[in-house]
Amino acid sequence: MNRITSTAQRVLKQLRHDRRTMALLMIVPVFLMALVSWIFPQPVFDRIGLSMLGIFPFITMFLVTSIATLRERQSGTLERLLSMPMRKVDFIIGYQLAFAVLSLLQSLIAVGVAVWWLNLQFAGPKWMAIVVAMSVAQLGTALGLALSALAQTEFQAVQFLPAVIIPQLFLCGLFVPRDSLNHILQPISNLLPLSYAVDVLNGVSAQATLSSEVWWKFGVIWAFVVGCVVIGSLTLKRRSI
Amino acid sequence: MASISVRNLTVRRGHNVVLSDFSVAIDAGRLTGLVGPSGGGKTTLIRSIVGVQRILSGEVMVLGEPAGSPSLRHRVGYVTQAPSVYGDLTVLENLEYFARVLGLDNSRIPFTIDSVDLNHRATARVASLSGGERSRCSLAIALLGQPPVLVLDEPTVGLDPVLRRDLWALFRRLADAGNTVLVSSHVMDEAERCDTLLLLRDGKLLANEEIPSLLTRTGTNNVEQAFLALIDGAAA
Repeated sequence: MNRITSTAQRVLKQLRHDRRTMALLMIVPVFLMALVSWIFPQPVFDRIGLSMLGIFPFITMFLVTSIATLRERQSGTLERLLSMPMRKVDFIIGYQLAFAVLSLLQSLIAVGVAVWWLNLQFAGPKWMAIVVAMSVAQLGTALGLALSALAQTEFQAVQFLPAVIIPQLFLCGLFVPRDSLNHILQPISNLLPLSYAVDVLNGVSAQATLSSEVWWKFGVIWAFVVGCVVIGSLTLKRRSI
Repeated sequence: MASISVRNLTVRRGHNVVLSDFSVAIDAGRLTGLVGPSGGGKTTLIRSIVGVQRILSGEVMVLGEPAGSPSLRHRVGYVTQAPSVYGDLTVLENLEYFARVLGLDNSRIPFTIDSVDLNHRATARVASLSGGERSRCSLAIALLGQPPVLVLDEPTVGLDPVLRRDLWALFRRLADAGNTVLVSSHVMDEAERCDTLLLLRDGKLLANEEIPSLLTRTGTNNVEQAFLALIDGAAA
């Protein structure tokens, strides 16, 4: 436990020293939300605004985690940690915890601004919007960690964004409702984690009391998180070539 | 007594066989130097001893346990060639973090910072330090847990002569206290401070002996000449 919390603290300290990154993490989602609210008439914003709140943390945490773990590999700190009494899963959960704190801050600000300034309307509880945004952020972190083993350079890591994230954006129901996708794309969409995040956020948008189907899909998001953590701990190697 | 024993180790990196059927024993309580040209296998041997190198075959034992086994992770201090520290944290924050990973409290941190002469830079961010200061910060982390086995890959590169002298004095004290200290270097005059020298070239051990005996055997006055004599002898 101590190794998990100290790793989380260390990651947060690193980010705290990097004020510009912190500012970007907190302000960019708000800026994008505002932009979306100005582009679209209010009814459309009400429909997609909440989904956007879930998608920003997914993308930002995925990117930040990919680059941060790549830096750990390149600087040799990861190799050093794994030659010490550090369990691989401690390392991963430490990162998850750090980014949970960060995404809590991020989504508090984003939801606050969306609701009180941009007047985003949704039927479900406000805290659930934050919980889902945080869960999606956990998904981004776990996926970033699992995939970072495949990238040897920053250039490769950044390419994972169009390769892994953008297809999910197209298929998650943000642009086209998932049930009107054709019979090839719909099953693919069912396999992608972001689809479940958008389904849950659509539920929060429409239902004052969340249905069991929404809760079930919320569970699926966390199953993906656990799956990615397991894959991440398998792709993290103590011994390398 | 041998605290590190390597038997019939073969390591391949890509298509390159770096070490082939390589064996060596390294004693506790001695300062052992690992010297030889770059690309000769020094870092690969060190990584195998620490247990972070994937090996093809052979056996590496440290303190009676297979290299890299969980019980060794408290007991082997490892310094990589490039300083493995967090550039965006201060020296103190780096040490505090690694202390907690090692399960230690902060009580030894001031002493450790002092032993690598970084007192005046303790609250500076590592990224703002000079190359030599950064590698001393990396060394401090390896010293934190007072490990009985210390494996250092070129720890004195880029340091000025005064610091190099001080660090070698520190390595000497650690070895005299009964620890196993293995230090790689490609600077031959540094190697003369060791008890035993391992001369490694193209994955082959050209020598594994005490310096006086090495000099007598090769009929030379210093380690550099001895090394050249052995290489010429091997080529002939």
